[in-house]
Amino acid sequence: MTISTTAAQRRIEDLLGSHEAQTLKRWQEISETPADELRELFLALRAAVGEGDFSDVRGLLADFSRSRARLGLPPAQTSRAVFGLKEAVYELVEADGDPEALRGYIWFSKLVDDLGLFTFETYSAAREKIIRDQAEQLLELSTPVVKLWEGIVAVPLIGTLDSARTQVVMEKLLQMLVETGSEHAVIDITGVPAVDTEVAQHLLKTVAAARLMGAECSISGISPQIAHTIVTLGIEFGDIVTKATLADALSHALQRSGVELRRESSARIAVKAERA
Amino acid sequence: MTQPRELPIAGNGDVVLVRQHVRKVAVEVGLSLVDQTKVVTAASELARNALVHAGGGRVRIEIVHNGVRQGLRLAFSDEGPGIPDVQQALTEGWSTGNGLGLGLSGSRRLMDEFELVSEPGEGTVITVTKWAR
Amino acid sequence: MDRVPILKLGDILIVTIQIDLEDQSVLALQEDLADTVVATGARGLIIDITAVEIVDSFIGRMLSTIASVARMLDAQTVVVGMRPAVAITLVELGLSLGGVRTALNLEKGVALLDHVWDRARR
Repeated sequence: MTISTTAAQRRIEDLLGSHEAQTLKRWQEISETPADELRELFLALRAAVGEGDFSDVRGLLADFSRSRARLGLPPAQTSRAVFGLKEAVYELVEADGDPEALRGYIWFSKLVDDLGLFTFETYSAAREKIIRDQAEQLLELSTPVVKLWEGIVAVPLIGTLDSARTQVVMEKLLQMLVETGSEHAVIDITGVPAVDTEVAQHLLKTVAAARLMGAECSISGISPQIAHTIVTLGIEFGDIVTKATLADALSHALQRSGVELRRESSARIAVKAERA
Repeated sequence: MTQPRELPIAGNGDVVLVRQHVRKVAVEVGLSLVDQTKVVTAASELARNALVHAGGGRVRIEIVHNGVRQGLRLAFSDEGPGIPDVQQALTEGWSTGNGLGLGLSGSRRLMDEFELVSEPGEGTVITVTKWAR
Repeated sequence: MDRVPILKLGDILIVTIQIDLEDQSVLALQEDLADTVVATGARGLIIDITAVEIVDSFIGRMLSTIASVARMLDAQTVVVGMRPAVAITLVELGLSLGGVRTALNLEKGVALLDHVWDRARR
């Protein structure tokens, strides 16, 4: 059986070799894929059928499906590009009429099925990676840490907070405290429509972690609804400084760091820093 | 990829070695810096637990997979007296040693998965897992 | 066993933990510090953990104990340089380091001690 399979394989290899241009052209027509993309694959496949080592073909297919996933081409078209080869080779075998070639075709058909599945797998893995990367980028984009004053940083949070995002904010804010040597941080949640228990816990943990590092953290922009939710959920904010607006929180932080704010008669705000 | 590895926990120096090896594998699995720190801290607590309560034991450190996610699994086992009341042992602040009673309950919070199997007189196996985000 | 060096700067003792300490070394440091506070009459103690990658409940308890013991010996303790990842982990672990003052870095730690002494004098 092994011997005849090998003979059948060799028959396919011969057919592929002798009808290269023809097969390639048919494959291209059936799969509606540019010839230059297929030629390299075809040559690698022909060599692999002879040598029995398909690692090169898999490598090329992986590149092929990855680049298609990146271009956003539909998955059906991508796998059709591979399966199209079956049809092209079948026409070849049929024209040849040799039973040995037919036996070889069954083997070849199974091989292309495997390669097609592999292509699809690589394709969806590539798509998943793109989605993951984008989610990560979004997370980064949506959490800026800004410096309000020498020694005071703030994170204005906007939109719905989930656990993952709150955690990213927490880490970024604390890192910023170290990098800038800031002893005061403000988490402003004016733009946050609602908080749940988990998010509230994360905020509390951020404040606790900042304290452990030797910095103070206050929370501003708590809407009446959120204040209500927090009380209803029974979450203890304890001695954490909460302010209605970011301005109040800034003024509190300035005061704590020894900066004195004074409004002059001309209604201009003059700031006098008194470093202790 | 690092093969699963078993380290002995027989003395204070071993706790340090466990921390160092767990850190190395946590980096390899792709855990974030914060998650690395959590896992190493939990490993330190659990290794010390085995040392203090059972006079020693060992830990198996391995990389596990769940679909596309990678994770780090640690299994601490000992042949100590076992834990008669698991529920009580997991209660915060409950301690038989001279610690703060944060070892078990704290490690549980630091990890994603926590499993404790114990028979009085037979020893204890604690398996914890952290998945890369 | 590794021993952690203790530096003296005026009224202040400074300890920088640079390596992954085993429990015995942690206990030894605890004792050494109490002895040195008494021997030098230092009024301030700064423990720099900038290089420390993890603080578990054992080391956390050591920090609290040192602060309490030092206070009895009339010295104030400040722990400086805790990394964000370490702080987050400690919070998750449920350790609050009660009674320990903290500062972002060594410089702010010294300033904090000055501030505390200032207030005490008034």
